[in-house]
Amino acid sequence: MTLAHRPGGHSAARRRALLGRATLTWPGLAYITAFMAVPVLLVLGFSFLTRGRFGGVVAPFTLDNFARAVEPVYLRIYAVSLLIAAATTALALLIGYPTAYAISRLPARWRTVALICIVLPFWTSFLIRTYAWILLLNSEGPVNRTLLEIGLIGAPLRLLYTPGAVIVGLLYAYLPLVVLPVYAALDRLDPLLREAAMNLGASRARTFWDITLPLTIPGALIGAIFVFVPSLGNFVVPELLGGGKTVMIGNLIRDQFLEARDWPFGAVLALMMIAVLLGAFAGQAAIARRINGTARA
Amino acid sequence: MTSMAATPLIRIRGVGKRYGSVTALADVSLDIHHNEFFALLGPSGCGKTTLLRAIAGFEDPDEGSITLTTGDTQPADAGEVDLLALPPNRRPVNLMFQSYALFPHMTVSANIAYGLEREGLARSEIARRVADVLVTVDLQDKASARPRQLSGGQRQRVALARAIVKRPKVLLLDEPLSALDRRVRADMQVELKRLQHEVGITFVVVTHDQEEAMSMADRIAVMEHGRISQIADPVTLYQRPVSAAVADFIGMSTIIPGQAAVDGFTALGERLPAAPSGVIGPALLVIRPEDVRLHADDPTDAAMGSLSGTVLATHFFGGTSTTTVTVAGLGRPVLATQIGPPAHRIGAVVRVGWPAERAIVLPDTP
Repeated sequence: MTLAHRPGGHSAARRRALLGRATLTWPGLAYITAFMAVPVLLVLGFSFLTRGRFGGVVAPFTLDNFARAVEPVYLRIYAVSLLIAAATTALALLIGYPTAYAISRLPARWRTVALICIVLPFWTSFLIRTYAWILLLNSEGPVNRTLLEIGLIGAPLRLLYTPGAVIVGLLYAYLPLVVLPVYAALDRLDPLLREAAMNLGASRARTFWDITLPLTIPGALIGAIFVFVPSLGNFVVPELLGGGKTVMIGNLIRDQFLEARDWPFGAVLALMMIAVLLGAFAGQAAIARRINGTARA
Repeated sequence: MTSMAATPLIRIRGVGKRYGSVTALADVSLDIHHNEFFALLGPSGCGKTTLLRAIAGFEDPDEGSITLTTGDTQPADAGEVDLLALPPNRRPVNLMFQSYALFPHMTVSANIAYGLEREGLARSEIARRVADVLVTVDLQDKASARPRQLSGGQRQRVALARAIVKRPKVLLLDEPLSALDRRVRADMQVELKRLQHEVGITFVVVTHDQEEAMSMADRIAVMEHGRISQIADPVTLYQRPVSAAVADFIGMSTIIPGQAAVDGFTALGERLPAAPSGVIGPALLVIRPEDVRLHADDPTDAAMGSLSGTVLATHFFGGTSTTTVTVAGLGRPVLATQIGPPAHRIGAVVRVGWPAERAIVLPDTP
């Protein structure tokens, strides 16, 4: 086939087309290069080097950082982090999906109002919102006082500085990130598919299980990734609400760069986080392809 | 035929539906008979789809009733079911959606089996009926394909199979052929008609395409602005339209406004050929292109009416040709169809006439 083309004219046209495309895409390419490719390559490079005495990295190439990353003490931290992030994600889906579903059933103008209310907390500083939970959860806080007053408990519960408090804090912080993609998926779902199911004899509940839920799973998975990944890497919430007793991988990475001054080991940990993220997106894409019945995206 | 008319399968009486100030349906009454191929025809926004969705249960009429006769053939156990009282999933009617609405996450056979599974049939029974219907629509080799892997015509057949496999009393089809290209459409028109005979289900099809309605339907309801203008078989609709709007919508026509009197029809200061119609006063004369005769302008030919005009354009379609003639004083040109190539050149002056009994005279009511 290609042999039949006149090489000169063909490649000239191709070059021009590529040039035209490059002209349009360079701002995006420049952005990705400067803020994603370069940092990731730096992290990748650092991970094979030796720690410098006062931070930074020095020359000898080594794989020790990777070997260290699988020591039992760190494996425990990963396990705790994964558990907390997974619990947060599960709760976020359990609360976020019904919330998004309820919003998608509202009359059109109330939908916008509800969505604004969902993202409104984002306009306040993340730190302030996390501090607010300290006030809510401490032994003299409103939660304990209410429980004491209605006689459910005899003495204040220890709510603050527990893994539970960390999960509550993360859940509160990232819940909108599951509501929005699920809402978008529900909004995009062709309402005629639900009508078709009912026309074929399915009840409302049956229609939800057979049509609405499966077809919005890709959106829910995007939401799950949006909650899971930052929950895994968060270090502010474990510190403030976990009281430093719950160490997550985010705290570990932060400490390597700022306190232990072990940049290479921090870089290895950061690479692991990136790998988790890529794996999660690849999994989501594969499931979405399967559900939509497209051979390739 | 008279006994069929006595117990229609679907009886629609006084159905009305408004959205705010917009009237979607106004006092719609009609009967649909057993094993009939019935078409709801009209321009977009005329209410035909709203009526179809009301039968399926996806629109709630503000007023009126829609009932379905059960126990079809035995008059003894014939009863009437109030369709409007049933939720959509309990109505014994199936709808084939314009966009087909196939479930993208299910295979072709899972799509078709879905409705049967909801009936709680045995697995073996479901498998048998799905296999049968796949043969009917000639998609045996696509059973495990996903809708996205099919062509438009194949999707349409899956949608049809999914609806008929339920053996509904009535199959509703919303613009069933509009998503297909012209050649596939012609094939599917024949196919739908054949299928309807084969499965013995009453078809109610919504379409804006008058050719489609004329070629497939036993009877057609022409709708306009949420009202029914006329219900008749295609031939009656074509030859005896009740209004200029129906005449204009069904087939090509030339419409000439004038005055009707007991002894004839007058327009543009001339008496035009028309049989006595009973219409007196302002009237419209409707004439079909195939009834119009054109003659080279010969003053001695007195038999040919007295309108004359100039040939504006000619179109040759192979078997037939159409000549467009402008007549001074008429807003729209007169169309004339004849067998074979056009007989007059562009710019020629011709006499325009037609047999008096072919002219349709209708009262001109605004």
